[in-house]
Amino acid sequence: MRTPISYFLLMSVLLFTIGTVGVLVRKNALVIFMSVELQLNAVNLALVAFSRQHGNLTGQVLAFFSMVVAAAEVVVGLAIIVSLYRKRRSANVDDASLLRG
Amino acid sequence: MADWIVFWVIAPVSIASAVAMILAKNAVHSALLLIVNFFTLAVFFLILGSPFLFVVQIIVYAGAIMVLFLFVIMLLGVDERESLRERILGQRWLALLLGAGLVVEVALAVRVGVGFGHGGLPDFTRVNRGGNVQALARVLFNSYFFPFEVTSILLIVAAIGAMLHGRRRIGDEETIDAPIDERMDEPGPEPVPAAGPAEATP
Repeated sequence: MRTPISYFLLMSVLLFTIGTVGVLVRKNALVIFMSVELQLNAVNLALVAFSRQHGNLTGQVLAFFSMVVAAAEVVVGLAIIVSLYRKRRSANVDDASLLRG
Repeated sequence: MADWIVFWVIAPVSIASAVAMILAKNAVHSALLLIVNFFTLAVFFLILGSPFLFVVQIIVYAGAIMVLFLFVIMLLGVDERESLRERILGQRWLALLLGAGLVVEVALAVRVGVGFGHGGLPDFTRVNRGGNVQALARVLFNSYFFPFEVTSILLIVAAIGAMLHGRRRIGDEETIDAPIDERMDEPGPEPVPAAGPAEATP
């Protein structure tokens, strides 16, 4: 009736994979971006779990930094999606194919 | 024992909300399900002995970031149907296959590195001595003070970048603060004249 660290790591793996599949499958840029957020959070969970495993707070500090970077990334990413939408009138990533060979 | 119950209550919710987020047709539903998922992750942080990250996860992720997402979704409109045409043949099945491979591979890595043992969570009271926030602050402001300061530059750069992308472009000229009568070449509502105190409508 105890929860070993590996449960949390497996949870993190599952969430990361769901995020990855979301990025690969979806076409809407916003949903793809949300899937990337899910991946970042899954990695945060792994960091905190390892922090508990090793009895060391460095993992939590790293998770905190990763949250800061994610916040900055969301701001810039959403601005890029908005300006892309202004140009193409669509949030579909397949429409942004100017560099297609 | 308590953490066991909480884990097994929260874990299915977490996985289900993540899967539903990917499958949801409406982007707003995706965002709301992602908020549910962020709350479950916050509970995981609490089980793992980090009340600080629990609170930060709820305030920053479930609060600020997801509000930003919902704001942009509303701004862009959500009625657009996603086309089911695959650009790469068999893209979806390939993605599922690769995802399953990733799960198996990393699960094996966890088994080799940590092991699926039956031991409980290691004791964390010594590390969290004097409170988790205080302990975290000791680490953050001693060993990681310089990276902490660098993040302030990162945030400023991000804010400037967002402003640069978000500004309005008029014709070929890229400017933010064009005078109001130059903006009249594009069709739009008649500009409301600035209501001064003298010309206030009765």
